[in-house]
Amino acid sequence: MATETLPQTEREELISGSEAIAIACSLADVDVITAYPIRPYDTVMQYVSKLKADGAFDCDFIVAESEHSQFEIVKHASAVGARTFCGSSGVGWFYAFEAITVTAGLRLPVVAMVGNRALDDPGAFGVEHNDAMAVRDLGWMLYWVGTAQEALDIALLSWRIAEDPRVFLPMAISCDGSFLTHSQAIVNVPTQEMVDQFLPQYDRGRLQLHPDNPITVAPQVNEDWLMEIRRQTDDAMRRSSDVIREAYEEFKQLFGRGDDSPFIEEYMTEDADIVLVGMGTLAMPVRVAVRRMREQGKKVGFVRVKFFRPFATDEIREALSHCKAVGVIDRDYSYGSPSYGGVLFNEIRSALYTLDNRPLMQSFIAGLGGREVLVRDVEEMTAMVQDSIDSGQVKEENTWIGVRE
Amino acid sequence: MSTVAVEVVYRGIFQKTLARNIVRTIVFAARKEGKIGTAFGRYGDSPERNGIPAKQFAIVSDSPEELEENLAVYEAGEVDVTINVDDTMCKGIESWAWYGLQPINALTKPGGTLIVTSRQEADALIEDIHQKDSAYNLSIVPATTSFSGLWVYKDDHTDVRILGALAKVCPELVGLDSMLAALEDQDWGGLKLTSARNSFDRTTQRPVEPGEGNDDTPFTFELLGWRAMEDGLVIRGIEGATGFRGSALGDSYDPINSPADGGEQGYEPTRNSVFKKFSTRSMRPVINFETCIKCTLCWLQCPDTCFDVTPDGLYDANMDACCGCAVCEAVCPVPDCITMVNEAEFNDNNSQWEHWTRDKDGYQKWMTELIEVQKAHDADSERSHGYHSPGKYEAESESEVALTGDDD
Repeated sequence: MATETLPQTEREELISGSEAIAIACSLADVDVITAYPIRPYDTVMQYVSKLKADGAFDCDFIVAESEHSQFEIVKHASAVGARTFCGSSGVGWFYAFEAITVTAGLRLPVVAMVGNRALDDPGAFGVEHNDAMAVRDLGWMLYWVGTAQEALDIALLSWRIAEDPRVFLPMAISCDGSFLTHSQAIVNVPTQEMVDQFLPQYDRGRLQLHPDNPITVAPQVNEDWLMEIRRQTDDAMRRSSDVIREAYEEFKQLFGRGDDSPFIEEYMTEDADIVLVGMGTLAMPVRVAVRRMREQGKKVGFVRVKFFRPFATDEIREALSHCKAVGVIDRDYSYGSPSYGGVLFNEIRSALYTLDNRPLMQSFIAGLGGREVLVRDVEEMTAMVQDSIDSGQVKEENTWIGVRE
Repeated sequence: MSTVAVEVVYRGIFQKTLARNIVRTIVFAARKEGKIGTAFGRYGDSPERNGIPAKQFAIVSDSPEELEENLAVYEAGEVDVTINVDDTMCKGIESWAWYGLQPINALTKPGGTLIVTSRQEADALIEDIHQKDSAYNLSIVPATTSFSGLWVYKDDHTDVRILGALAKVCPELVGLDSMLAALEDQDWGGLKLTSARNSFDRTTQRPVEPGEGNDDTPFTFELLGWRAMEDGLVIRGIEGATGFRGSALGDSYDPINSPADGGEQGYEPTRNSVFKKFSTRSMRPVINFETCIKCTLCWLQCPDTCFDVTPDGLYDANMDACCGCAVCEAVCPVPDCITMVNEAEFNDNNSQWEHWTRDKDGYQKWMTELIEVQKAHDADSERSHGYHSPGKYEAESESEVALTGDDD
């Protein structure tokens, strides 16, 4: 069992991804948490409430009157130097959008959990990635979680990365509704000492809004200023990659777990002819399918993209430069996009454009609204990619998988 | 196979904590044996409506790789053990997420076991349970339907008694010692350990042969393809009502102004034929048509519009539509005119009014017996949720102790 390699000091718990993040909030001693209920994110607020009611966690827990206020409150709290957490799902996240955009603009390291949920209408609870993706252009770092353990770990990493003065950007942790937020798995919970050692206090320094440090934040500007301000945020996002690597290495040393890269997880890609790419919990059936197809002698691998922002262009190029074809499985849609492909597909295709030997690229839309992505779906997609390799061209650039015709 | 899956079928919200305690303890116990597991509820069941059949799962494997095959799903494909903690769900279950009627043993794999908490005999349960093509086993944990997980109810050891029985019927999942160790870890020592051990010792399995049981075909429906669905999220209304039991009423019928009381034609609203909701019901109203004063209150107050107006102006609770909420019993001004009776007493959804019309004496005899049985149950708090019999939470069940033995 994996437990043998883990520090003995950690304790095992059977918890959901949401519970793992609530526990991370407690371990990180978050000062201000705001909440407004929407499924599936609301499971986090349930667990935070419980920790607080049990006297196990001391924080200001504010249930706001809307998602917009919820995100405004943490924005302000972050400006005065409080460590913050909040989150939402689906259209709740969208309702908060004005507050969400200014948080990045003001370089406030708010950490938010997005319990991925389909956007209304139709009202639906299941996972789609379009809600969280909406911040991809705004200066939010954006991470897709694969397991409950990873939810806890990345939450701890999030404050460390976001609050680093070289970065000072908000970070969204995306957790697939149901499969992460509502499923309980065995998770190793670190001790307070380990977390204290890893996670320094949030120090906003000269940017802290405080009577002893008279500053004005967020003035109105015109065209003389805006482009420079945008360039600052752009540079912070560029700097974040090194900070992420640094923090991840230290995390791995201290906690004894983690992948080779903080940005992507590679699975059997080394000699693969076909590499599938996806995000979140669909990695589970994909890995199972890859193992089965390997047993049949098919050279298939998988790359799970973890950080969507910053997008690990170099690492993804490297991981996908040796294969013949790439199949990208999007749990999102982008109506009218290039080739009608998914969002991740077009990002990856763009990243690979400068390669000397570009693999064939195929886009799959699957698992929308929480529909299960089954092993046989993955096998079907792989067979379609194999057809493209055999015929030397991609006939259908985009295919919807598992939709009833 | 080194993956074992268990489902707990329970009544939404009332038994949620009970189900959660069971599936979590399974994973803890398996952990004692070095296995790894997951516990989860079926996402579509939440937020849980009162009494809606819901499910939670525990899946246990020898390795994380094997477990991974069973993750990121809503429902296991098949389970080694189905645990049903309310025997009225043996008739089949329909979740509010609208899947049609699912037999209680739908996921139970060939040779697997269905554990039911019940005070009925195996043969009586099998009459309700849909047939399967393959053999499986039935185990009964003698108990009334438990609400022990609900914080206002007393702990009645149903959780540990089920877990003890589980260790007996599915030793490949987890042994009794590991199960007991997992109980102790949760501070469920002393008497609860004894209950678990006793249940392990007493649990037997009754083989159920292929084709044995209820031969009804559960109602299902076809999901449309995207080309056949209407654009713009439009759902067509159902065609208008056609009168009681489908009698042709023609254009002259006005459901608003026609006198329901004493009207000649009656009225039966059109209902969704593939979303019936009756499996939510754990009690049903039994109506005394002789004492009914046609006051309309049951018909007006029923939240599910389940009362059909009969041609003679009476009100017949349609058992395909009744959720068993007992509002009708609560609003009926006539003593014993509407009585809620344990659903386990019935084997069909037939019309009571048609029964009464056909054979008035026979109906009165049938009805009187049912009410007597129910009153005996009431004294023993057989069923106590919903509007029915409020305030019985504290009642101790004498016969329960007689059934299960004194664990001291």
